[in-house]
Order: sequence, then structure tokens, then C-alpha cells
Amino acid sequence: MSHHDSTYERQHPAFYAVIFILVLMSVGPIALMLINSFKLDVDILSGTSGLLFLPTIQNYETALCDILPYEIDHLDYCSLKFGGSFINSIIITLISTVLTLIIGCMAAYALVRFRFMGRDTVSGSTLMVRMVPPAVLLVPVFGLWNNEFCIDKNTWLGEIIRDVFGGRGDVCLAGTHSGIILIYVAMNLPFVIWILQSFIVQVPRQLEEAARIDGAGSFQVFFKVVLPLIKPGLAAAAIFTFRIAWNEYLLASALSDRDTKTVPILIVNNMSEFNVEWGVIMATGMLLAIPPIIFTLFASRQIITGMTAGAVKG
Amino acid sequence: MNYSTINRITPYIFLAPAVIIMLIALLYPLGYMIYGSFRDWDPSQAIGESTFIGLGNYISLWNDPNFHESLTVTLKFAITVVFIEMIVGVGLALLLDRNLRGMSLLRTMFILPMMIAPVVVGLIWRYMYHPSIGIFNQTLEKIGLGSVDWLGQHALMSVIIADIWQWTPFIFILSLAALQSLPRSALEAARIDGASGWQQIIYIKLPLMMPVLIVTCLLRLIDAFKVLEVILVMTEGGPGLSTEILALRISRTATEFRELGVAAAMSNYLLMLLLILTIIMLAYNKIQELQAVRLRMAAEKEVD
Repeated sequence: MSHHDSTYERQHPAFYAVIFILVLMSVGPIALMLINSFKLDVDILSGTSGLLFLPTIQNYETALCDILPYEIDHLDYCSLKFGGSFINSIIITLISTVLTLIIGCMAAYALVRFRFMGRDTVSGSTLMVRMVPPAVLLVPVFGLWNNEFCIDKNTWLGEIIRDVFGGRGDVCLAGTHSGIILIYVAMNLPFVIWILQSFIVQVPRQLEEAARIDGAGSFQVFFKVVLPLIKPGLAAAAIFTFRIAWNEYLLASALSDRDTKTVPILIVNNMSEFNVEWGVIMATGMLLAIPPIIFTLFASRQIITGMTAGAVKG
Repeated sequence: MNYSTINRITPYIFLAPAVIIMLIALLYPLGYMIYGSFRDWDPSQAIGESTFIGLGNYISLWNDPNFHESLTVTLKFAITVVFIEMIVGVGLALLLDRNLRGMSLLRTMFILPMMIAPVVVGLIWRYMYHPSIGIFNQTLEKIGLGSVDWLGQHALMSVIIADIWQWTPFIFILSLAALQSLPRSALEAARIDGASGWQQIIYIKLPLMMPVLIVTCLLRLIDAFKVLEVILVMTEGGPGLSTEILALRISRTATEFRELGVAAAMSNYLLMLLLILTIIMLAYNKIQELQAVRLRMAAEKEVD
């Protein structure tokens, strides 16, 4: 398709009106949240909707009160530990995304180049896993992570961990960052393997063989030849993994304890209180929404590639 | 170890981490859940301490009116949502399939709603549906139509609208991709034969898109059964059970009622439902492939 100006068709004005309304409908609610996050609760509750208000960053200050380096005047006590959960979210999401990509990439490469399983098997199982709702994993993951995936407190490793981190019972996966990371990696792996496979298939074999003749081992070929060539696929896979890990609520809420809460958990908890502080909630919502929005703005092409590839051949 | 042994075991080394993680964090939990669904099991017990009750959980669920209610709500929600999203999404794709300036920016705008967290989507819509400060009721009052009890009386409809907002773009993007990969020659031929815009859509575009549309529809249907956070934040399943979809009921049964065995059995019912949908989809894909192969063979024979 040419991108030269003259190839664009002229459209009826009504057509542009329709497009304008569509954009307004899809972006409007998000813009509304953005605007409200800069309003004081008084302004939100008075109901004078519109743009006539004095913007303030108070809501963001309240939300981030536990990690801001300075004292906040309008707040006596920092009750919302949002900053901490923001850091938890970042740790969990980054580590699980990186792990998923590395592990998924290796698996996809093995499946394509050494072919011991057909693509059908992989795409079939990808679909099967895609079918499983997180709610279905809730019960077993809760049970296993709390009761089975534990290190006995009387073994040497258990003692070391307890000496370092404290705690009384056995050392279990539940309540730790690693526990949440493990389930996120597992949930995302099938999709990542599947999508990377479709990119690795396109890497010409001759390139790899040339590298091998020059004396590179399997690992070198993989890291120096294959990985650089499938960057677009990696980007798409990374964004999808990031999005699921960053946005997930249910499993994190079952697995986290006081210190490992992620942002979605905090938002849900604050929403279920009787008096919702709308301004602060909107600010926290905005903070949670910003990373995915940035990705969308800068990498929408990769996202669409990932989405169409994931569905059309699914 | 000599060179050839290393070469032979390399693929297994590459594959091992993925297999191990999926075994311990996906397959084992699913087996554990099936095992647990036959037991009278609460969160304070290890699974070994619970008693085996056979199909007890499944039977009591089968006779539980609340479970029926929740199943009905789930089906109503999923089917309505997918139906409307398919019509609107495909319609928009047909409308916007033009060589437009700024099309990529438009697509970027449209995918925003499905990239942000479901929790945040729920939060935005709960605010907009708010009886007094929400934008909908304020607008309605301003033009003198009186307010609507969005999240009360019409909770299910409101939840459905929010989902349509979030996921119609998914259908739109996929149908647009399908449209743009249609064989130009078929469309060209139709245009030369003087087919009108509508005729092109009905006789050429839609039939050619059908395979992609059906897969898209089934994918969206499967995803619609997974929706939970949006509804949790907007209504918490209420009022009453009017928006308590199965996924939400599973999580409440496990955390509030503390009946892990029942929740596991309910999860299994949901899985079975989704399994049927997935099998239909895989079967449809296989049939499509076979048909394509048969057509190609027939074409080749003619050439010979």
C-alpha cells in the first residue's frame, strides 16, 4: 500500500463526523478519568461536569504518599499504601515478562528447528490454555501455593529462609512475589511460544548454518543469529505478557499478602468501601492505566500483529 | 560428552524450562482442582484432611437454584455481548475499510480500551453510571429525561454496555485485517461486473471473511466467559444475583463461603462448557483446512 498523499480517497463529510463520534466514544471515558484525577472531590461531587476547575495534583500525592520524598500538607496520615503496591506491580510484571520471554523463546526455537512436535499440537494446546479462565485456576492455585509448594521449616533451606525473612510456619510460595510470578509465567507461556514460533519459522535456515560452519554452538546461534532477527515478534509477545501481568487482579489477590499486594488489588479494595474517594481512585486508576496506554501509543503495530496472528490462526 | 551428544540433547535443554513450569503451575493445578472437586474441602484444611464425597459437590450444584441463576446470567451476558460486538465490529470494519489518512492513529485509539486494566474499566464505568455524579444521569437530567438506575434495576444491561465498549474494537481490528487481506481480484471482478456496494458486501466480502469471523466470534465467546474484574468493580455481582456471572461466583464461593470443593466443581462445569466451545472451534478449523486442500487438489487436476 502506498502512503503517498494522492492515494487517499476523499470522503463525505458525514463520514468524518461518524469517525469523530467513534473516537470520542472510545477515548472519552478514559479522558474523563484523566480529567477527574486532577479534580478535588468537591469538584467531582458538585457535579459541574466540564473543564472549568482548578487542576490539582493532590490526588496523585495522596495516592503516592508512602513513597514521596516530601511531606504532604493536605494529609495527616498516609493510609493508602499505593506507592508500595506500585513497586510490587513493577517488580512482578517486569520479572515475569522477562522470564516468559526467555523461556518461551527457547521453547519456540526448539519446537521449530528440531521439530519433534507439530505446529498443530502447539497451537492446539495454546488454545486449550487460552480457554482456561483465571477464575478456574483460583481454587487449585490457592490450595497448592499455600499448602503444597512449601519448604518445611525444619529443613536447612527452610531455616535459612526463615532466619533471613522471618515468619513462623513453613515457607510457602503464597504471599511472595515469586508465587505470583510463577503463575503469570505459566499463564503467558503458551501464547508467547505460539506467537514466537510464527516468527522463528521465517528466519532463513541458511543463516544459522553459516554461523554453525563458522564454529558457533547451538546457544550462540540462538542468541547471536536468531534473537536479533525476531525482534518484532519479541516486542509483540512482550507487550501481551506485560499487559496480562500488569492488569491481573484475581490470582494476585488470592496469592498476595499485606506486603505483596499489586495495584489492581488496592483499587478493588478501595472501590468496595462505602465512601469512594473518587478523585484518589481515579488517580490510582490513571497510574495503573498509563503504562499500557504508552505501549499502545508507541507500539500499536506490534499489538495488532500479535492480536491478528493470535486469532486468525488460533 | 562429545559434540553429537550435546547436539542431540540441546532441544530438550531449550524446551525443559517451559515444560517444567507449565507442568507444575498449570497442569498440576488443574489435576488438583479435579481431585478437589470430589471432596468436602475448606480453606483451613490441607486437601489430604478433607473427606471424599464423590459427586456430592456436582449434584448439589446441579440442584442449586443460585447456581442456575448464575449460569443463566453468564450465558445471557456472553451471548448478548458477542452478538452485539460482532454486528457492530464487523459493520465498522466494512465502513472504515478505505484508504484513509490517519487510519493507523484511528486503530490505535480503538485498541486503547482493551489494553487498560479491567479493574480500571470497571472503575471508569462505575463512575459514569453513578446515580447522581455520573455523566449519563447528568446528561439525561439536563435534557429533561429523568435519571436511570443504571447499576440497580438495569445492572446487567449496564455491564453489557461496558463490555461492548471494551471489546468491540477487538472484533473490529480482526475483521479489518481479514477484509484487507481479501483477494483483490475477486473484488475487482465484482466491481467490473457492476455490483453495488451492498452486493459486494453480501455476496463477496462477508462470505470470504466468514472463516475468520467464525474463529473471532468463538474466541470472543470464550473470553466473554472469563470476564470478572469489570463486573466485580461495577456491581460486585449485585443487586441480588443479577450480574453474578460464573467466574465471580466461583471466586465468591472460594473466598467468602469458604467452600473450596464446591468452587472446584463449579470451575469444572465452566471448563466443560468452554471445552465444548473450543472443540467446536478446532473442528471447524480442521474442516476448513480439509476443504481448502480438496479445492486445491481439484484445481490442480483441472490444470493437468
